[in-house]
Amino acid sequence: MRRTLPIAVVAGVGFFMLIQYFIPLEEFETLYEWALDWTMVIGCFAMLLGLYSLTNMMVTKVRRKAEGWGYSLVALVGLFVMVFVGLIPHYQDSLKYGTLFMDIFEYIYIPIQAAMFSLLAFYVASAAYRAFRARTVLATILLVSAIIIMFRLIPLGPLSAINQWMVNFILTVPNMAAKRAFWMGVGLGATATALKIMLGIERGYMGRD
Amino acid sequence: MTFYERMMNLDRRWVYLVIGVVVVVTAIWSFAVPLYVTPEARSVYDFVESLVPGEVLMIGVDYAPEVMAELHPMSYAITRQCFAKDVKLLLCCLHQNGPGMVEQVIAQVAEEYGKVNGVDYVYLGYKPYPGITILAMGQNFRIPFPEDYYGTPLDSLPMMRNMTNFDNVKAIINISGGSGTEYWINYANGRYNAKLAIGVTGVMTADYYPFLQSGQIFGLIGGMKGAAEYEYLAERGGYISREKGQLWASKSMPIQTTTHIVIILFIVIGNVGYFMSKRKK
Repeated sequence: MRRTLPIAVVAGVGFFMLIQYFIPLEEFETLYEWALDWTMVIGCFAMLLGLYSLTNMMVTKVRRKAEGWGYSLVALVGLFVMVFVGLIPHYQDSLKYGTLFMDIFEYIYIPIQAAMFSLLAFYVASAAYRAFRARTVLATILLVSAIIIMFRLIPLGPLSAINQWMVNFILTVPNMAAKRAFWMGVGLGATATALKIMLGIERGYMGRD
Repeated sequence: MTFYERMMNLDRRWVYLVIGVVVVVTAIWSFAVPLYVTPEARSVYDFVESLVPGEVLMIGVDYAPEVMAELHPMSYAITRQCFAKDVKLLLCCLHQNGPGMVEQVIAQVAEEYGKVNGVDYVYLGYKPYPGITILAMGQNFRIPFPEDYYGTPLDSLPMMRNMTNFDNVKAIINISGGSGTEYWINYANGRYNAKLAIGVTGVMTADYYPFLQSGQIFGLIGGMKGAAEYEYLAERGGYISREKGQLWASKSMPIQTTTHIVIILFIVIGNVGYFMSKRKK
């Protein structure tokens, strides 16, 4: 029963969501909307579970003074400060521009995230220097394509038009062909996995077999 | 170690130092970068340009501060163009760090143009699970968003009176720094046939050309360069002004350009070192 019931629920809901897409009946629309509401409710509980799990993990780390516990403490303080300033004083007003919640977002969170992402430029430069070596024919094709794409950001005078033509060719012919093949593969893989889950062959989501 | 071997094995700290210096120097001594406007960016601008006062455009802002250098200029330029043309805006956010981004744009630009919340624009706010939220919006905006971002019921907002779902917006422009774009393509366009254009980061751009060719999206603004192209068109249209400091992406383009030149130079140095040391052997 512990195994059969979840599989039956998943199969029932899964096949319903699959066939409703092709049957334009009002009853199916209502059931579909109802299913969407259910998904949101389940999602909200999952979020609460995530919050509990994160807090539990961080508190344990701080209490045991495990390696890097200071970072966990900062994460905990950040989490609860944002929850407090976002929820306690005048809930809706706190989301407006110029409030403490938004000031923390604008003057602490934005610079932190922007700075973290900016570091990527340095790593990309270093990685490009090391990785783009014309060691083989395929590596040379990759290197030449990358340089052509990068050149589109550089003013080259009359050569810019030719370069732009090559960029368009790379993006709309070989790149698109590869992407299409990739997306088709992803689509087929997702369909196969969904069917396996609905038919009870794949049961990893149940935590144990 | 020979000279050529050194060329191909430079300490990464030298690379970091040169990139850092180039970024700082270019930020101080900037210059104008000539731009080639791509047809995919132009088609988004031309579409917004074709809207008449009173029509509604929807913008899905799905990005975090980490990519704001590339995507924020797009949001600002499109919002300014719409407000200058008296086109109404419906905004929503499906990224957990995006609500602050939208609030920053809308608070500033609405004040510039004297636009009123609920009349000239509606900001629906944030909801998690993008796929489900888009599907629900396709039925009725009120399912995922019974209230707007500021807690006002949607039915009490004048702009929302005759608005039910995607059928009531002329198009959707999704500005995204993550996988949210796929949900908009699959569900808003795929299921509900909503007219869709996207603005994405530079690294994401190549992923979305197939959707452009298939007609699932009618326009694509790619990265900082795409944002600069849009700003160029918006400046020519008189919607934004260089003097007022409203061309952010265009201002950042010289930094991106010089950094790319340096990266290409490093690649050339590495390859020259590789070939010369191989020849010696």
